[in-house]
Amino acid sequence: MSEESFTFTVDGVPVEAREGQTIIQACDAVGVYIPRLCHHPDLEPAGHCRVCTCNVDGRRSSACTMPASAGMVVESNTPSLNGDRRTIIEMLFAEGNHFCPACEKSGDCELQALGYRLGMQALPFPYLWPRRELDATHPDIWIDHNRCVLCSRCIRASRDVDGKSVFGFEGRGIHMRLSVDGNCLGETAISAADKAAQVCPVGCILIKDHGYRVPYGKRRFDTQPIGADVEAKRAPRKA
Amino acid sequence: MEPEAERAPSPSGGLTAPAPPEQVEALVREAVAEVKADRTRLMDVVQAVQKRLGYFPDAAVRLAAGALGIHAVEVEDMVSFYAYLDRKPKGRFHIRLSRTPVSLMSGAADVAQAFEKAIGVAMGATSPDGMFTLEWTADIGMADQEPAGLINGTVVTALTPADATVIVAALRGSPIGDMLQLFPGSGSDGVSLPRADVASSLGQVGPILFRQSGRGDGVRAALTLAPEKVIEAVTKSRLRGRGGAGFPTGLKWRLCRQSVSDDHYVVCNADEGEPGTFKDRVLLTEIPDVVFDGMTIAAHALGARHGLVYLRGEYIYLFRILQGVLQRRRRLGLLGANICGQEGFDFDIRIQVGAGAYICGEESALLESLEGKRGAPRDRPPFPTERGYRHQPTAVDNVETFACVARILENGPEWFANVGTGESSGTKLLSVSGDCKHPGVYEVRFGITLYKLLELVGAPDAAFVQVGGPSGQCVAPKDFGRRIAFEDLPTGGSMIVFGPGRDVLDVARLFTEFFVDESCGWCAPCRVGTTLMQRSLDKILGGRGTLADVGALESLANTVMRMSRCGLGQTAPNPILTTMRNFPTAWEARLRPEAFLPQVTMRDALAEAVQVQGREPAGETVAE
Repeated sequence: MSEESFTFTVDGVPVEAREGQTIIQACDAVGVYIPRLCHHPDLEPAGHCRVCTCNVDGRRSSACTMPASAGMVVESNTPSLNGDRRTIIEMLFAEGNHFCPACEKSGDCELQALGYRLGMQALPFPYLWPRRELDATHPDIWIDHNRCVLCSRCIRASRDVDGKSVFGFEGRGIHMRLSVDGNCLGETAISAADKAAQVCPVGCILIKDHGYRVPYGKRRFDTQPIGADVEAKRAPRKA
Repeated sequence: MEPEAERAPSPSGGLTAPAPPEQVEALVREAVAEVKADRTRLMDVVQAVQKRLGYFPDAAVRLAAGALGIHAVEVEDMVSFYAYLDRKPKGRFHIRLSRTPVSLMSGAADVAQAFEKAIGVAMGATSPDGMFTLEWTADIGMADQEPAGLINGTVVTALTPADATVIVAALRGSPIGDMLQLFPGSGSDGVSLPRADVASSLGQVGPILFRQSGRGDGVRAALTLAPEKVIEAVTKSRLRGRGGAGFPTGLKWRLCRQSVSDDHYVVCNADEGEPGTFKDRVLLTEIPDVVFDGMTIAAHALGARHGLVYLRGEYIYLFRILQGVLQRRRRLGLLGANICGQEGFDFDIRIQVGAGAYICGEESALLESLEGKRGAPRDRPPFPTERGYRHQPTAVDNVETFACVARILENGPEWFANVGTGESSGTKLLSVSGDCKHPGVYEVRFGITLYKLLELVGAPDAAFVQVGGPSGQCVAPKDFGRRIAFEDLPTGGSMIVFGPGRDVLDVARLFTEFFVDESCGWCAPCRVGTTLMQRSLDKILGGRGTLADVGALESLANTVMRMSRCGLGQTAPNPILTTMRNFPTAWEARLRPEAFLPQVTMRDALAEAVQVQGREPAGETVAE
C-alpha cells in the first residue's frame, strides 16, 4: 500500500485520497456521502445495487468499485443521478415484498432510509408480488426472503470474513434468489456471531430475539437520515 | 410405485426416475478426474454428468463440491444460472424450439403445435413416459433457416409441422443408448433425423475473409516478425473488434502485452448470442483454420501459451468438427510445441462449451463462465487485458476479428486498411435474416448503405430493419441511406429484415422478453428494470396504455440504460427507445385517450374472489 496521496473533485469539492482507495472509500473518509445500498465498508465491493453510480469523467461508474485517481472529476449529488437512484430504490420495493410498518427492521433498514433520503413516494411501478419463503430452521437466525434485495453482503461476509461460504445465489435474472449451503439455514455452519449474520441492510437476515430491543422511534434512521454519520465527518468550511 | 421408479432409466427409456446413487457417484468421480479436480472446470464436470443422466442431481452437487474442494452452494450457484443445465430430470429427448421474431414469422408457432400434438404435451412440459421435454428457447444461431430447434445437441432446421410428426416417431423408435447427445451423422449412438442439417448459407464472398484457405500462412508470416511488430501491423490495419463494440484490436493487444505476468491468455469469443447473428457459425464451419491462425498469431504477439475458444452451447454440434481441426493442426505443427519450427513458441487451444446464456458473450461474463462460475460480468477496471482469465492478462476477441488478423498478416495492413471507410477498415460479415429472398452471411465492405444491402439480399420493400440485433437499433426507411460502419450504424453482424405488415411493437415486445430471460440478475436496474419494462409494454400493447404510461416507460427505460452494470442492461431498453424515436406513430396508434387507466382491470382484480364465491358481485356490474 502506497501512502502517496492525491486530490480529485466530487461535485466541485476537492477530496484527498490515497492510492488504492475507491471513490466511495475516499469520500467516506472526508465526509462526502454518496448514497449506496450493497456496499459495506468491511467487505469487498460487488457493484450490485448501482445506487452509488456517479458520473466519473463524464462516464457512469459505480463509486464502490471505481478506484479514485488524481484529477478525476466526479459528479454525484445531481438531480439526474439522484432521480435514477430513487428509481432503483423504487424497483427494489416493487421486486420484493416490503411491508415497512410490519417489519422489525423498520427504522434500521437501509432500503427504507434510502427511500426517505431520496424522496421516494408512491411507487410508479406495479408490485411484482413474488412468492418467497421464510426460513426459521436455525436456532438463532432467521431469513425472510420477502425482503432480500440480493446485495450479496451475506455471501461476501460468509465467504471472505467468516470463511464458511454459507450463502450463494441461485437462478438468474428476476428469478435469482439467495440460497444457503444445505437444504435450510439450520443445516449450515452459520452462527449468530458471524459477520454474515450482522451485515444485512434490510430485514432479511435477522437475529432471533433481538428485534425490538431498540424500540421504534429510537433507531438509527429514526433520528437522522442515512448518510448523516458520514457527513458528520466533514470538516466545517472555513468562512 | 416408488421402489420401482428408483430403477432408472425405465424400460421405455424415460428419465423421470432418479439415477441410482452409485451411478451418480461414479460419473462425478470420473468427470472430476477428467479435469484433474480443477475447480475452474466445473462446467465440464456438470456437462459430463448431465450428458449421461439428462440432469445434474442433488447428490452430484454435493459430490462435485466435495471432490473440487468447494461448497455445495457454489456448485448450485453456477449450475442454476445456465438455461441448458438442468437440476431436475428432463425427458430423454430435450426438444427446444427457437422463439424469435424470425422463427415466428417463419411458422414456428405451427411447428410447436405439431410437436405438442405428436408428443401429447404442451410447450414447457415433459411427457409422462419421460421420453420428451418440449420447450421454447432463445435464438440458437439459425435465423437463416428458421424454424429451427435443438434436440439434445442436434440442430434441426427449416422445420415444417409435418416434420414434427416424423421426428417424434423416429425418436420414439430409437434404441436406448447410454448417450443422450446426438450429433448429425454421429452413427451408432445417434438416430437419423430429418432436417438434422445446418446449411452453410454463404450469401456473398467479399474481398478479405473468404478469399483462400490459407492454413498457417498468417502464422508463418507473423513468425517472421517480432511480437511488437505484429501488434504494430494490426494497429496499422485499423482493425476494430467485430463482436459489436469495435474496440481497436491493436490497442487491446498492446495493453495486454504490457501487463506484466507469467501467463497471458488468448480467448476467442464464439458465444455469438445476439439474436439474428450466425456469421461466426459460418466462419467456424467454412474457415476454422483461419480463425485458429488468428489466435496463434495473437499468442505470438502476446507471449501466450494457452488459448481458449468459448463456444456457445447451441453450437455443440461443431465441437467434434473443431476438435478434429485442432488435432490436424497439432499434427501439422501449427499448434503444440515449437510451432512452425520456431524454438520456444508453444501454444495450444482448448474449446470450452457454454450452456445457454446470452450474457456470456460479454467478455468479462465469458471469463467468469470459463472459470466455472455463473456468467455474471465483472466491474471494470481492472480490464481483462490486465486481469482476465485466472486473473492473468487476457485478450478476448471475436471469431471474425481473429480471422481478420490472419488475413492482415497474410496480405499486409495496408491491403486491409484500403478496404472500408475512414474509421472502419476492412469488411464486415452480416448475418441477414427475416423477410428477404436470400438470407445468409454476406461479406460486405464497411460503408455499404442499407439500401444497397437490402437490394443485395432481395428485400427492396423492407418496412424496417433491426441493425445489430435486439441490443442494436430499429431503423426506419427514412434512414436506409445510412451506412454500416462504426461511425454511422455499428453492428456485430445481425441484420433482421421486416417486410410490410410487420408490427415494430410486436418485435419490441419479443426482444424485451428476451432481455428479461437473459438478464443475469447481478445488478438491480437490469434485473428488475427489464421485467418492469415488460409489464409496461404488456399494458400498452394490451390496449390499456395512456400517454402517461408511455412517458413513464421512456423514463424507466432511460434509467435502466444509464444505471445498469454492463452492456446487456445498458442496451436492453433499445427495442423500446429506438422504436419510440423512429416509429412514434406506431406507439401513438396503441394509446387510449384517457388520462389514466389502472394496471389491472376491476374484473381481473376481483377474478379470484368471484371464483371463490361462485358469483359476480351482487347488484352491480363490474366496470372494466
